[in-house]
Amino acid sequence: MYSEKVMEHFRHPRNVGEMENPDGTGRVGNPVCGDIMELYIKVQDGVIVDAKFQTFGCGAAIATSSMVTELVKGKTLDEALKISNKTVAEALDGLPANKLHCSVLAEEALQAAIEDYRKKEGANK
Amino acid sequence: MNRLIYLDNNATTQVHPEVVEIMDYCLTECFGNPSTVYSFGRKAKRLMDESREKIAKMIDASKDEIVFTSGGTEADNLAIFGIAKANKDKGKHIITSKIEHHAVINSCKALEKDGFEVTYLDVDKYGIVNLEQLERSIKKETILISIMHANNEIGTIEPIAEIGKIAKEHKIYFHSDTVQSIGKIRVDVKEMNLDMISISSHKLYGPKGVGCLYVKKGTRLKPILYGGEQEHRLRAGTENVPGIAGFGRAMELAITDTDKENERLTRLRDRLQEGLAKRVKHIIFNGHLTERLPNTLNCAIQFIEGESLILKLDDLGICASTGSACTSASLEPSHVLLAIGLPHEIAHGSLRLSLGRDTTDEDIDYVLDVLPKAVDELRAFSPLYKEFLKKGK
Repeated sequence: MYSEKVMEHFRHPRNVGEMENPDGTGRVGNPVCGDIMELYIKVQDGVIVDAKFQTFGCGAAIATSSMVTELVKGKTLDEALKISNKTVAEALDGLPANKLHCSVLAEEALQAAIEDYRKKEGANK
Repeated sequence: MNRLIYLDNNATTQVHPEVVEIMDYCLTECFGNPSTVYSFGRKAKRLMDESREKIAKMIDASKDEIVFTSGGTEADNLAIFGIAKANKDKGKHIITSKIEHHAVINSCKALEKDGFEVTYLDVDKYGIVNLEQLERSIKKETILISIMHANNEIGTIEPIAEIGKIAKEHKIYFHSDTVQSIGKIRVDVKEMNLDMISISSHKLYGPKGVGCLYVKKGTRLKPILYGGEQEHRLRAGTENVPGIAGFGRAMELAITDTDKENERLTRLRDRLQEGLAKRVKHIIFNGHLTERLPNTLNCAIQFIEGESLILKLDDLGICASTGSACTSASLEPSHVLLAIGLPHEIAHGSLRLSLGRDTTDEDIDYVLDVLPKAVDELRAFSPLYKEFLKKGK
C-alpha cells in the first residue's frame, strides 16, 4: 500500500533525533489520534540550515517527517512556508488516501516551527 | 530476507496439504452440479454430504443442521438477519456484546436502522461479558442473544455454556460466532445450549470463501439469499463443492488433534509472553490470563505506534497484526481494545501475535531476539518516550 519511497524513508529516516538548542520547534498531533510530530529547525540569516524530527506514529507519519526535514534544508523561511502537504506527499510518490493526514501533519509541524522561530526572533529584537 | 515467520493465524491460515489434495480431486474429477440427478452430479453431492457429516459430527450436531455459506461473515449475517426476519412478530430486541466481530456488530447496527433495538453488553478488563447485565437486559421482546465464543483480537473465551443456559431458560435463540474457537478449543452445540454457530474454513487450515452456519432443528430462521432450494432452502445458490470438500477435511484434521496441539501452542505462546515481558519494558498484556485461546498473544507496547512496528517486523520476515487506528480506514483504534478499557494512546501500540501449526520454538527464539530491537529503534525517536524518560528523572 505504501510507495517504495515511503518505505525507504520509513526504513532509513533522515534527520532523526532531538536537536540541541533549536531556533524553532513545532509540535503537532496528539497521542489519542496516534500521531505526534516534533520538528526542530536551525536558522541562519533567514535560511533553514538544519532540521530534525522526532515522531510517534505510523509508517507514513515517520516517512513524511523525514521527507519534510529533507525538503526544508537550505530553504529561506518564505520558501519553506510554501511547502504544502501536497509537496510532501508528491515527494514521497504519493500516499494512500487514509494517510494523507500525515502529510498535513508534516506541513503543520513545519509551519509551527517557523512561527515559533519568528516569535522568538520578535522577542529578541 | 527469506525467512517467513507467520504469526497471524487468527487472520487466516495456510491450507493443509491434505485439504489441497481433496480440493484438487474435486476440481478436476468432480465438477458436476450437486443438484443434478445423474451419477456424475451425485458424485459431487456425495463429497459434499461427507463433508457435512464430518462437520456435524465434530460439533455434536446432525448433518441436516449444517448450512454451507460463503464464510463466517455470511453465516453471522444469516443468523442475525434470518432470526430478525422470522421472529419480528415476537419482538425486535437483540442482545450482543461490544467486542463482537464486525460481521455481527455491523449486522446489528443495520437492524437498528430498521427499527430493532440492540443491547451491546460491556466486558470487563479481560474481555469477559457481563452476565448480570445480560440477565438484566433480557425482556419479553428479546429474540436473539449473539455472543462470540472466543475473541479474535485478544483471544478471551466467553462463558458460552452459562450464556446458553440463560438463553434456554428465557426461551431466546442463542447464536455464537465460533469462527476463532473451532479447531482451537472444543465446541459442543448440545452441551453449550447453542441454537446457531458460525464457522469459517480458512481459520482452520481450509480454503477461503467457505464456511457454515449450524442451525438447530426447529429454529425459526428465514434465508437472506433467494434462488434455488439448496441447503434446506436456507441458502440459495450452487454450492462451492471444492471449498466444502476442503472445509470438511480441514475440520476433521483440526479437531482430531486439538488437545495435543493446544498443549504445544500454549507452551510456545507462554514462552513468547514471558520472553517479551522480560525483554520489552512498558508492555501490557491484553486478554484473560487463563480463559484465552492457546495460540493468541495480544499486547500493547507503550510509546510506539502499532503500524510502524508491523512494518518493521515485516522487514524482519515476521507477519503480525495490530489494533491501531492507523491500519484502519476509519482511523479509530480497535473497538475490542477500547471495550476492555485501554486508552486510545495505548491501543495505538497494540500487537497481536497468533501462532499456528507451523510455529516452532526457533520461531519464538527469533521473535524474542529481534522484536525488542525493533521496539527500541522506534522508541529512539518517539517524543512520547523522550518525555516519559525526562519525567522519570
